[in-house]
Amino acid sequence: MGRLLLIWRLAARDLRRRPAQAALLLAVIAAAVTALTLGLVLHGVTAKPYTQTQAQTAGPDVVASSVGYGGDSAAFAALAHAPGVVARSGPYPVAWPALQAHGVSADVMAEGRDQAPAVVDQPKVLQGTWVRPGGVVVERAFADALGIRVGDTVTLDGEPFPVAGIAVTAAVPVYSQVCFYGGCSGPAGRPRQFDTGLVWLTQPAARGLASPANPLTHYLNLRLSDPAAAPVFVSRHQPPPGNGPEALTSWQSLSAAAGTLVSQEQNVLSPASWLLSLLALATVAVVAGGRMAEQERRVGLLKAAGAAPSLAAIVLLAEHLIIAFCAAGVGLAAGWLVAPLLTSPGASLVGAASAPALTPATVLLVVVVALIVATASTLVPAIRAARISTVRLLAGSVRSPRRQGWLIRLSSGLPVPLLLGLRLVARRPRRTLLSGASFTVTAATIVAVLIYHATVHHDALRAGPYSGAADPGQARVDQVLLVVTVIMVILAAANALFTTWATVLDARRFSAIARSLGTTPRQTASSLLVTQLLPALAGALLGIPVGMALYGAVQEGGSQAGLPLLWLLFLVLGMLAAVVAVTAVPASISTRQPIAHILQSETA
Amino acid sequence: MNQSGEPVVRARGIRKDYGSGEGLVRAVDGIDLDVIRGETLAVMGPSGCGKSTLLHLLGGLDRPTAGELWLAGRRIDEMSERALAHLRRSDIGFVFQAFQLMDELTVLENVELPALLAGRSPRAARRRAAELLEQVGLTQRTAHLPTALSGGQRQRVAIARALANDPVIVFADEPTGNLDSVATTELLRLFDALHTSGLTLVIVTHDERVAATADRLISMRDGAFVGDTRLAGGTTGNLARLAGLDG
Repeated sequence: MGRLLLIWRLAARDLRRRPAQAALLLAVIAAAVTALTLGLVLHGVTAKPYTQTQAQTAGPDVVASSVGYGGDSAAFAALAHAPGVVARSGPYPVAWPALQAHGVSADVMAEGRDQAPAVVDQPKVLQGTWVRPGGVVVERAFADALGIRVGDTVTLDGEPFPVAGIAVTAAVPVYSQVCFYGGCSGPAGRPRQFDTGLVWLTQPAARGLASPANPLTHYLNLRLSDPAAAPVFVSRHQPPPGNGPEALTSWQSLSAAAGTLVSQEQNVLSPASWLLSLLALATVAVVAGGRMAEQERRVGLLKAAGAAPSLAAIVLLAEHLIIAFCAAGVGLAAGWLVAPLLTSPGASLVGAASAPALTPATVLLVVVVALIVATASTLVPAIRAARISTVRLLAGSVRSPRRQGWLIRLSSGLPVPLLLGLRLVARRPRRTLLSGASFTVTAATIVAVLIYHATVHHDALRAGPYSGAADPGQARVDQVLLVVTVIMVILAAANALFTTWATVLDARRFSAIARSLGTTPRQTASSLLVTQLLPALAGALLGIPVGMALYGAVQEGGSQAGLPLLWLLFLVLGMLAAVVAVTAVPASISTRQPIAHILQSETA
Repeated sequence: MNQSGEPVVRARGIRKDYGSGEGLVRAVDGIDLDVIRGETLAVMGPSGCGKSTLLHLLGGLDRPTAGELWLAGRRIDEMSERALAHLRRSDIGFVFQAFQLMDELTVLENVELPALLAGRSPRAARRRAAELLEQVGLTQRTAHLPTALSGGQRQRVAIARALANDPVIVFADEPTGNLDSVATTELLRLFDALHTSGLTLVIVTHDERVAATADRLISMRDGAFVGDTRLAGGTTGNLARLAGLDG
């Protein structure tokens, strides 16, 4: 008990003595843990809004589109009398005109409906009224994207229609995934557009929009005696492939499509959280090494006062575990609070997303990852300190620098900053590797994000001129990517700062000797910059192929555009400039200490 | 000896304070000093009397709180850090009690370092380092790391390094403080050779045997000079006898 108390007291006091360092460490681990929490809690959060919408709109259990039946209209019509079907609505004629509103054009699925309410799939009118002759009802998310309000006038293939109402349905995938199931039969040869929206109008009006080049499709909404068995019904009655897109869609698939916006975010957050954990690992390892170097004498004093060799290691480990535990708490809370911002199901559904699933398993996993990050990065320096003799610790001569003969020889003919910088790098290769790994992860993430944008741009160009509404899913992924990239860059900057700080501390005597031999303050500071610029350059260059591979892995074989050479050049130069900006201050401060003072205090 | 009468070092009213208010410590208190070219000057005094601080001030490793300092004809108390660095590189050599060698560099690499920092070619720097190591008797140890050497050998490496750029003056801070008698004698012989070659030496020491080899002995107490004695024999006499190390 007394031993535990002593460990707690020593760890807590040391943390209090360096609050800024502890806070930064906490922030680094918490950032990674928050991303991990978000990635984990986003599972299944959109099921509730779909269920609510389904209940309020008499949503179908199966939706059938005549597109998948080719010319076999009899088979399509027979679905209405298939075993298990207890109610139906339709078939409704669907036209595929182009809608124009406020100068923006978009393809739409224009479904012809009766003015009387339907038994199955009666869209819920949220504003205005249901369909009436001459009027059009617009699906809410689509209306939001185009800024359409009740009373506005839109045109369908050039024909004006006043907007009678705004409604939602559970029978069609949420905007912008309208074409996700069932297929859109737009003008021949035209690729599917993410911006296809949904409108309702009277059946005669819908038929009036059809043309031989742009024929009608029919949609049938079915209610089953056993809604849970909808996937079985679909697989039993699905027409053979080859006649176009799948004709039948179960409500379970529609519900899954409702989570598309969130699952896209999840696709970004999951790999990002692991990358952030890697960055945190590198940062904590550098900090642990630096703190150990700072605490050599303290550890020596502890051991001289009778502490067991393991005590010093346990104290340092305890400090970082305390920080990691707090960071896990902060990350879980932050993830819990931020998740609702990402889990909005969009305007296509009614009701809010359910609370993120912060299950005991999620909490346990997040805490374990945080503790692993702290332990893995602290254990080596802590054990090393415990093993070193007390006399050496007290003399402060513990961390003998490594010798890399080839690098020393290579540096001999170089300008002074490079000569000293390379020799500093050679003294601590592990730190340089960690630093390089951190920069590689950051560069890889930025490259992956750039490829994503380039691919979106490339795909848009291939699709031809586009003046439609912005894709809400893409906008949300853009936001998540931006946040992840910013966190990543901040973590990398923190890592660079910590590494420079650790190098400055470790190189105090090295730099002082060099200055006593005539190195100028600028040369000394530049040599410290070199210790970060070299791994930054290597990391930026290595991050390019790693980022490409990362994007390919996340996309799982999707399209991938190449990056212009100029972008890559800017990336490398930008990273180097950022490293200079972050490390210049500590490097410069280190040269202001009087040489004599350092050499007298560090005699090893 | 090769003393020309021209002062290599000139100090007027040098003061160095640490702390402030009640905690003020005056490490060096209004010192005037001239060190003539080719002279070997020893500074003695009890621990904490300010002799190392004075050495650091004279060598431009630290800045005085007040007073004026000249080295090799140039005023250094007002010099920028950059200019001071250039001066240290070209005109000054330091020898420290704790040697201050870079542990990861071999003996040869340590000695060639000042020349490389001064912009000499690696080949020229290495040639000069080899010459100096021969001069200090360490030709067989060039590839060793400092940790593999005795204290005396390390100090000889430090002296060779101090001479790498042909300085006009060498400052030595307790150069025999970590050495045994035999190593001390070896070092004194080396200083004697340097003195004979006309090099100006300022040595801070506790060791009377080292002080006895100088041309001039200054005694310090509480940051001030309390004695300034010109020694008749200096290093021109029998070094071993002067140092009390013969038989």
